[in-house]
Amino acid sequence: MTYKGAPLRRAVIAFTAFLGGLIFLLASPAGAAADGEGLRGTLRLQGQPVNGVKIVVTTEDGQPVKEVTTDAKGQWEVPVPKAGKYKVTLDVKTLPPNAQIRGGNPVRTPTVYEGNVSTVLFALEPKAAAGQQPADSSDGGQFWRRAAQLTFEGFNLGLIIALAALGLSLIYGTTGLTNFAHGELVTLGAVVAWFFNTGIFGLAGMPLIPAAILAVIVCGAFGYLQDRLFWGKLRKRGTGVIAMMIISIGVAILLRNLIQFFFGPQTESFTEYNAQAGITVGPITAAPKNFWAMGIELAVLIIVGLALLKTRTGKAARAVADNPALAASSGINVDRVIRIIWTVGGAIAALAGVMLGLSQFLKFTMGQDILLLVFAGVTLGGLGTAFGALVGSLVVGVFIQVSTLWVPPELKSVGALAVLIIVLLFRPQGILGRRERIG
Amino acid sequence: MRDDTMTTSPKKAAALAAFKDLPREPGVPKPDPILIADNVVRRFGGLTAVNVEHVEIQRGSITALIGPNGAGKTTFFNQLTGFDHADSGEWTFNGRKMNGLPAHKVARAGMVRTFQLTKALSKLTVMENMRLGAQGQKGESFFRALVPNLWRGQEDEITARAEELLERFKLDAKREDFAGSLSGGQRKLLEMARALMVKPELVMLDEPMAGVNPALTQSLLGHVKDLREQGMTVLFVEHDMDMVRDISDWVIVMAQGAIIAEGPPDAIMSDERVIDAYLGAHHDAPLSEEELQAQLHEAEAALEAEAEEETAK
Amino acid sequence: MDWLTILTTTVHAAIGWEAVVYGLAAIGVNIHFGYTGLLNFGQAAFMAVAGYGLAVMITVFNAPFWVGIAVGLAGAVLLALVLGAPTLRLRADYLAIVTIAAAEIIRLIFRSVYFKDIFGGSDGRRGFNADFYAMNPYPPGHYGIGPFGFNERTMWLLTVGWSVVLLSCLVVYLLMKSPWGRVLKAIREDEDAVRSLGKNVFAYKMQSLVLGGVIGCFGGFFYGLYNGSVQPDVFGTEMTFFAYTIVILGGAARVFGPVVGAMIFWVLFVFIGNLLAELVANGYIPFMTSIQVGPIRYALVGLGFILLLVYRPQGIFGDKREIAIDAR
Repeated sequence: MTYKGAPLRRAVIAFTAFLGGLIFLLASPAGAAADGEGLRGTLRLQGQPVNGVKIVVTTEDGQPVKEVTTDAKGQWEVPVPKAGKYKVTLDVKTLPPNAQIRGGNPVRTPTVYEGNVSTVLFALEPKAAAGQQPADSSDGGQFWRRAAQLTFEGFNLGLIIALAALGLSLIYGTTGLTNFAHGELVTLGAVVAWFFNTGIFGLAGMPLIPAAILAVIVCGAFGYLQDRLFWGKLRKRGTGVIAMMIISIGVAILLRNLIQFFFGPQTESFTEYNAQAGITVGPITAAPKNFWAMGIELAVLIIVGLALLKTRTGKAARAVADNPALAASSGINVDRVIRIIWTVGGAIAALAGVMLGLSQFLKFTMGQDILLLVFAGVTLGGLGTAFGALVGSLVVGVFIQVSTLWVPPELKSVGALAVLIIVLLFRPQGILGRRERIG
Repeated sequence: MRDDTMTTSPKKAAALAAFKDLPREPGVPKPDPILIADNVVRRFGGLTAVNVEHVEIQRGSITALIGPNGAGKTTFFNQLTGFDHADSGEWTFNGRKMNGLPAHKVARAGMVRTFQLTKALSKLTVMENMRLGAQGQKGESFFRALVPNLWRGQEDEITARAEELLERFKLDAKREDFAGSLSGGQRKLLEMARALMVKPELVMLDEPMAGVNPALTQSLLGHVKDLREQGMTVLFVEHDMDMVRDISDWVIVMAQGAIIAEGPPDAIMSDERVIDAYLGAHHDAPLSEEELQAQLHEAEAALEAEAEEETAK
Repeated sequence: MDWLTILTTTVHAAIGWEAVVYGLAAIGVNIHFGYTGLLNFGQAAFMAVAGYGLAVMITVFNAPFWVGIAVGLAGAVLLALVLGAPTLRLRADYLAIVTIAAAEIIRLIFRSVYFKDIFGGSDGRRGFNADFYAMNPYPPGHYGIGPFGFNERTMWLLTVGWSVVLLSCLVVYLLMKSPWGRVLKAIREDEDAVRSLGKNVFAYKMQSLVLGGVIGCFGGFFYGLYNGSVQPDVFGTEMTFFAYTIVILGGAARVFGPVVGAMIFWVLFVFIGNLLAELVANGYIPFMTSIQVGPIRYALVGLGFILLLVYRPQGIFGDKREIAIDAR
C-alpha cells in the first residue's frame, strides 16, 4: 500500500473520478482503512523492522481476504469487509533467514470489532544454528557483538553498492555521463533473474543460479544496446553531458515504470535460498547465501579491477577516461571501449540487483532506492575514479549498517546521505579523488 | 632598422625610457611597479608548477610573459587573478595585497584578464556581453532589479560606453548578434572589449593571438598597443616570439615554474639562459626527465582543465 | 466509454490545482535551471518543507495560518542556503547529487516513525486548511459552464493560486529583463568569464537558488491547501522530475514557458490516463489491467521527456538559439 508515489498516484486517480468535493475524502491516504474495520501489525526483529514478509488474511472459514507484505517499517495493514473473526497467516518462507517466529506458530485468529482496527502480534526472534544460543551476559559484549555483526552486514551491503558504483563510475569516467538510470539497471537485473527463476513465457522456472547468469547476460546485452542505439547516437550528435544527465532521468522514469508494468508494484522474493539457517563465524551470524554472495561480489570486483589494470581493453578504458581526445588520437577505438564499458556496467549492475534481491527482496523501486547510496559511494570515493568508487561504497555500506547502533534503522540512509553532503563541504574531490579534477 | 622616431608614440617612449637602464636580471626592481609578486609557489602533487621568487610589472608598459610549454605561465597567471590558489606567496597590486582574494574581487580591483580559450558568452548578444562588463551596476542587485526606473539611466550610460568600444573594435555592426555567431578572432576582440568595460588598470591577456586567423592578428596587435596608449598596463602570456618582439616593451621569461630572465625584447633573444631554456628545449638539447615530466603534467593539466570546462557546463 | 468525464477532467486539469502547483514548481526550476544553469534536482524538497511547515505549525503547534506560511517560507530559504553553501562552488553535477540526496533525506525524515509526533509519519498531516477557506469570499455554489466548473472552495484556491503564478511570472519577467538577470544568464554560459568581470558568481547562484526555491515552495502550500493534507511520499523525485519535464515542454528560459508547459503537461497526463483507463475498463486493451495504467502513463512521461530533449530541447515555444540545455 505504501509504495513510493502511491499517495500522488492515488490522488491523481481520485481526480479522474472528480465529482465536486468528493475528491477530498478519496485523496487522503488514511481515509480508506482508518474509518472501517481492519487488521494490522508490525514485524520487528531485535528492534529492526522486517519488511517483505507476506501476511495472508482469510475469513474464519478460509475465504481469502487479502495478501500483503510488510513495508520498510515492518508494518502491514489489511482492511476487512466487516467485523468478525479472521485468520492471519504469516508466510514463514518470506521471513529473513535469520528470523523465526517465537513459539513457532505462524497463524493467529484475531477478532475485529465494529469500527476497530485490531493489531495482530507476531513476535520474531533471531534464529541461531542448533546449540549456538547467544548467551551474552555483559552489555559491552553485546554491543561489540552487534557492532561486528553490523559491520559484516555493512560489508555485504557495501559490496553490492560497489558493484553498481563501479559501473556507474566507469561510465561516468569514459563518457562524462552521470547516469541517473543506473539504478534501473540494478532493478532490471533482479527482475529478469526473478522472471527466469519463477518462469516466464510458458517456460518453467529454473534454479536461481542459472537464472542469475542469464539475467547478467541479458542486462549486459541491454547495456550494450543502450549505448549502441541510444547514448552513442546522442554522443555523435554532440549532446552535452548535462543534457545527457537530464535525459538519463527520463530514461530512469521510463524503465522504472516499464518494469513496474511487467513486474507489478508488490515485493517478491526468489524461489530459493529464502530460509537458510544461519552459520556463526566468530561474533557474526549470517545465512550461507550471504557468505556466498560476498564471495562472488568480491571475486567480480577483483576480476574487473584486474581487467582494468592489466588487459588491453582495461588500459584503453582508463586512457579514454583520462582523456578521450588523446586516446582517440593514439589509435584507441573510443566508441568500442565505451560500448564494452556499458556492457560490463550493465552486467555487473544486474549482478548487484540479483544480490540485492537475494539479501533483501525485489521491488520495482529497489534500484532507485539504492541509487543514491551508489552516488554517495561514488562521490565519497571521488567522482570518476573506479577504485575510489569501491572504497567509497564500502564506507557507505558499513557506515549505514553500523550507524543503526545509534540511529533508528528507518533513518540509516539519512545518515549516509548527510555524511555525503558534509564530505562535499570539506573534501569535495572525495577520499581518493584529485583536487584538480573538480574544477 | 626602421626609423623608430616615426612610429614610437609618447607612451611607448615613456615605457622604453623606464626600462632603459634596468639590469637584465630575473626579478629586477622596476621604477614604478603596478604589480609585485613574491615567492609564489604552486605544486601539483610532487611537481612544482610555479616557483616565482620575485617579479615586478612596470606601470604603463606592455610586458610579455614567455616560456616554453609547461613553464607554468598560465598557472602563474591563474594564481595572480584568483582563478587558482597559491600554496604560498604574496602579491600586491597598486600596493594592495591581492593573494587569497577571489577572482571577482581581483577584477574589481582593476586587474582584468582574458582567457586562452575565448569565453564569449555565446547565448548572449554582443551588446549584452559588453554591458555585463560594467562595474557597480545598480540593476545587478536583486531588489533594485525589480524596479527598472532605478537602473534605466545607468544602463543607458553603459550602453553608450559599450557602443563606443564596439565601434573601436569594429564590432558595432554585430551588436545585436548572439556572441556565438562571431568568428574566433571577433570573439577575441569581443572579450578584450568586454574586459575594457570593467575599466581596468592592468589588462592580463592569456595568449591573445592563439587560434586567431593571421589576417586579424595585426588588428589585434594594434588594439593591444592601443591599451597602453589609453594609459593601461598590459601583461600578456605568449609563446610566439615574433609577436612578442613586435609589441612588448619588456619580456619576462619563465621556465620550469621559475623566472629565469628579463629584458627588452630584442636583447632577450640572445640571452644565454633563454636560448638554453626556451629555444634549447625546442631545438637542441633533448628534454631532461624533469622537463618531460613537467611538460607532460602541464599538458595533462591543461587538457584536464579543458575537459572540466566541457563537463562543468 | 465515458467521454464526458474524460473531457471535463481534462479541461479541469488545464486550469486546475495541478497546473498551479506544478506551474509554480516549474517556475522555480526555470529560474534555477533555465536561467542560471543550476541543476536543482530537489525542488520537491522545497515544496515539502513549505507544505509541512504550514501543516505542522497549524496542527501541532496551533499557530495561526500566517505563521504557518511564514515558517514554510523561512524553511525554503533555509534549505536553499544549506544546500547551496557546500555545492554552489563545485561543478554542476555535485549540486544535482546533493539536492536529490537532500530531498530524499527530508522525505525520509518526514515519514519516519521516530518523528511521527511532529510530521505524522507516512500518513503525513491533515486538517490545516480551515483558516484558508475561512477567507473564501465566494458563496457556496458551482462556478462554471455546464459540466465544466468548480465548487466555491476550489474557485478560491484557484483564484489565489493563479494570482501567485502570475505574480511570480511578473517577478521573473522584471528580473530577467534587468542586469541581475543578465548576470544569471551569463553564469549559465560560463561562470569563469563572469568572475573575470568582477561579479560574485556564488552570491548570484545563491540568490537564484533561494528565489526559485521560494517560488517553488508556494506549490507546496497550494498542494497542502487543496488536498487538505501533506504526505511525505508525494514529495518524491517524481515531483521534481515532472517540474523539469514541464519546464522543457514549455521552453526553458521563457517567462511563461513553465505555465504553458504545466497546462499542456496536465492536459496530456490526465487525458492519456483517463483514456487508457476507459479503454482498459471497456476491454479494448485486453493485455492490460487497470492497475497497469498508472505505470504506463508514467513511462509515457519518461519517453516523452526523452524525445523532447533529444528532438526539441527548446520546448514548444523556446528559441533554439537561447536555451540552456545543449549549451555544450
